[in-house]
Amino acid sequence: MRKVALALLASLPLAAGPEDSVLLRGGTVHPVSGPEIPNGAVLVRDGKIVEVGAKVAAPRGVRVVELKGLHLYPGLIDSATEIGLSEIGSVRETTDAYEIGDFNPQLRALIAVNPASEHIPVTRANGITSVMSTPGGGVICGQAALIHLDGWTWQEMGVVASAAMVLRFPIIGAGRSRGFEETPGGRTPFAEARRNYERRLRELDEFFERARRYQKAKAAGPVEKDLKMEAMLPVLEKKLPVVVVAQRERALREALKFAQKHQIRAVLAQADEAWKVAAELKAQNIPVILGPTLRLPLHEDDPYDKPVTQPGELHKAGVKIAFGSFSTSFSRNLPYQAANAVAYGLPYEEGLKAVTLNAAEIWGVGELLGSIQKGKLADLIVTDGDPLETRTQIKQMYIGGRAVDLDNKHLRLYKKYEGRQ
Amino acid sequence: MKPRWILLLAAAAPLMAAPPVVVRNANVLTVTKGRFVGSILIRDGKIAEAGEKIRTPEGAQVIDASGQYVMPGIIDNHSHIAAESTNEGSVSVSSMVDIRDVLNPEDIAIYRALAGGVTTILTTHGSANAIGGVCSALKMRWGKDAAGLMVDGSAPVLKMALGENPKRRGGATQFGGNITPRYPATRMGVEDVIREAFTEAQAYRQTRRDYEAKLKRGEKAAAPRRDIRLDPLVEVLEGRCLVHVHAYRADETLMMLRLAQEFGFRVHALIHVLEGYKVAKEIAAHNAGATTFSDWWAYKMEAADAIPYNAALMHRKGVLVALNSDSPELMRHLNQEAAKAIKYGGVTEDEALAMITINPARQIGLDQRVGSIEPGKDADLVIYDKHPLSNYAKVQKVLIEGEVYFDRDRDVSQREERESRRKALVEKAKEQQKKAGPPGTRRPS
Repeated sequence: MRKVALALLASLPLAAGPEDSVLLRGGTVHPVSGPEIPNGAVLVRDGKIVEVGAKVAAPRGVRVVELKGLHLYPGLIDSATEIGLSEIGSVRETTDAYEIGDFNPQLRALIAVNPASEHIPVTRANGITSVMSTPGGGVICGQAALIHLDGWTWQEMGVVASAAMVLRFPIIGAGRSRGFEETPGGRTPFAEARRNYERRLRELDEFFERARRYQKAKAAGPVEKDLKMEAMLPVLEKKLPVVVVAQRERALREALKFAQKHQIRAVLAQADEAWKVAAELKAQNIPVILGPTLRLPLHEDDPYDKPVTQPGELHKAGVKIAFGSFSTSFSRNLPYQAANAVAYGLPYEEGLKAVTLNAAEIWGVGELLGSIQKGKLADLIVTDGDPLETRTQIKQMYIGGRAVDLDNKHLRLYKKYEGRQ
Repeated sequence: MKPRWILLLAAAAPLMAAPPVVVRNANVLTVTKGRFVGSILIRDGKIAEAGEKIRTPEGAQVIDASGQYVMPGIIDNHSHIAAESTNEGSVSVSSMVDIRDVLNPEDIAIYRALAGGVTTILTTHGSANAIGGVCSALKMRWGKDAAGLMVDGSAPVLKMALGENPKRRGGATQFGGNITPRYPATRMGVEDVIREAFTEAQAYRQTRRDYEAKLKRGEKAAAPRRDIRLDPLVEVLEGRCLVHVHAYRADETLMMLRLAQEFGFRVHALIHVLEGYKVAKEIAAHNAGATTFSDWWAYKMEAADAIPYNAALMHRKGVLVALNSDSPELMRHLNQEAAKAIKYGGVTEDEALAMITINPARQIGLDQRVGSIEPGKDADLVIYDKHPLSNYAKVQKVLIEGEVYFDRDRDVSQREERESRRKALVEKAKEQQKKAGPPGTRRPS
């Protein structure tokens, strides 16, 4: 576990109390890290899992929850979303995901997470306990935060304050003004678009080189503090992974070259054509945040099912994958991205891992989240079936061992208007 | 002598009726008549019989669907695919335009929709203005020309729109001041635009009636000038054109129902109607249908109160509910969208499937032909490997009027060949470009 994570977690035991201890038993436990345990039990103390097995004795004073006929899974993790940073997509006043300027490594998504966002209870009602809240403006967009979908303040919500640096790799005809999606480049003539693209690549290169010089100067002696450069140090030291948003083959190949040249720990995101560079990804040990699988093929002549077969193809090639919703309002549909990939060739266990354990490992918290194992945080969901199926209901949720209220705006409006005569 | 006969037969073959088709041993989800394990007999593109025991006629084409699931072809009654353009948004009333004039039968979205089990759609004018254009139902007959997509005898549908989209052009700042603002800028103005247009249409209809009456009486009269903008509105007033209205909020929905009532026409479908659950009683009383998204919300202000329980709640309050895609992507998995109506609000499996088959068919006036597995109906069928309400179900085959238009095995097996043909074409294009010299040197005027 990394230091950043530890620093934040240090505050957790303070909040821990009897309400963070519980024995969940009688249901089928799906640890993800190992085989399922029918009629299993999980003991949670002070927010952490302390025992998992077929038989776990109930310590005195610990609340017991019977889960007969139900299933216990680790909470799901959305590896790319704007939850917390964006409320109503089209209303500028409600979005904080896109800053002005091309190079903003110093920006921290965590401090802009709105704990009162309606998206939080709505999303967790479908089993998602943690998300990567990801900024998306400019080229270096800032630091994404891994947050729990529970807490009174962003500080309480933070699992990893700075879980990754976000880099939207330049593309030719850069119509992509913000966020994850590429849009057509407008009316710029190709030659001009190409010049712009090369300039942006050069600027990006120079920015990294400048950071490298700053790092050396700092090692040699006192320097005038530069916040942007300071924010780049964990990237250069390979302590912080870099989410490289690159969609098409050309951008992906350039991004791979760039990652090698600057010796960064790259995690590719929105990589719709990752299948074309699967061997390189495997060789460089670069994971991919996939999604949405429920999207159109990039090209007219791509197979109609390319977006859903790609996850299985990448897995087969030995590339580690996780899913992201790349959205706020559709984050709750994250498990269905995995299900559709499973229908088209990804082994079921891998589909489940791609929304739990793989995500935790990619974001450096493999020791803390993503499976039901002794020593991990008790982020758990109780379901009446396979969490990747739409019809499955989430019955209970625990985040850090604490039972989370599954009520939300949608349920409230439903109940209110159901009663209208 | 013999070879000639063969030639003659070959020439006559297309004129002869296609052999009967039997889809055998499937889990059949009829939607309207329950479910059974059995077969479906298709003759001349229509469902002849459906039941547990069906005799396979001699010479029939047999599709073995053992262990698989068959349901009626999915109907997406709000889509924009297969059209070259969507919005004639320069004016607030553009009822003179017709989407059928700009159909694009080569839109790859048609094939992709088929691969998602969709057989019939309503491809509509956009929502940029209060009164948009005329449209009509299409079948996803991939490979046919524009006329080949049309559904004979289907009624025209007039598209209208309320709320944020039609009033957007009212604010100049939205477009950096480059575009002259267009009335209306408010929901008040949207109502006014529609009221003005139908008031005009009433007067126009009266003028024409007066003229016809004069002719009948043998009087001389000059024919009134035909107004192609008002013609569709007159058809609406006379019940010959269906009405679909894009609406989001409860207030504008209620406004539209009252306005329609005032002018004596029915709204056949409220499109999106994400706050429909708030005025379900009024929608049901008007006998308007609702065609909505399963779970879209929060992408714009008027979608702030959208809830995924909308479909189930409206359904329970007596509204005829359909689920639509409005998207070439979402239309590929409307079966999974239907499952959300079970998850959120607990409708039954048949009710959920009805929301993507018979209910949307009713809203476009085609329920006598499509939307369920019943003798006499078009043999538009989807075959899945698993239950269609599971996220793991894959479409295996899609039939339209008994003809297989999509076959997953065929698609997969042809991929290699298609890819090598694509590469050959790319090479050829490169060659030609080399010969022709650098781009930009020749420019047609």
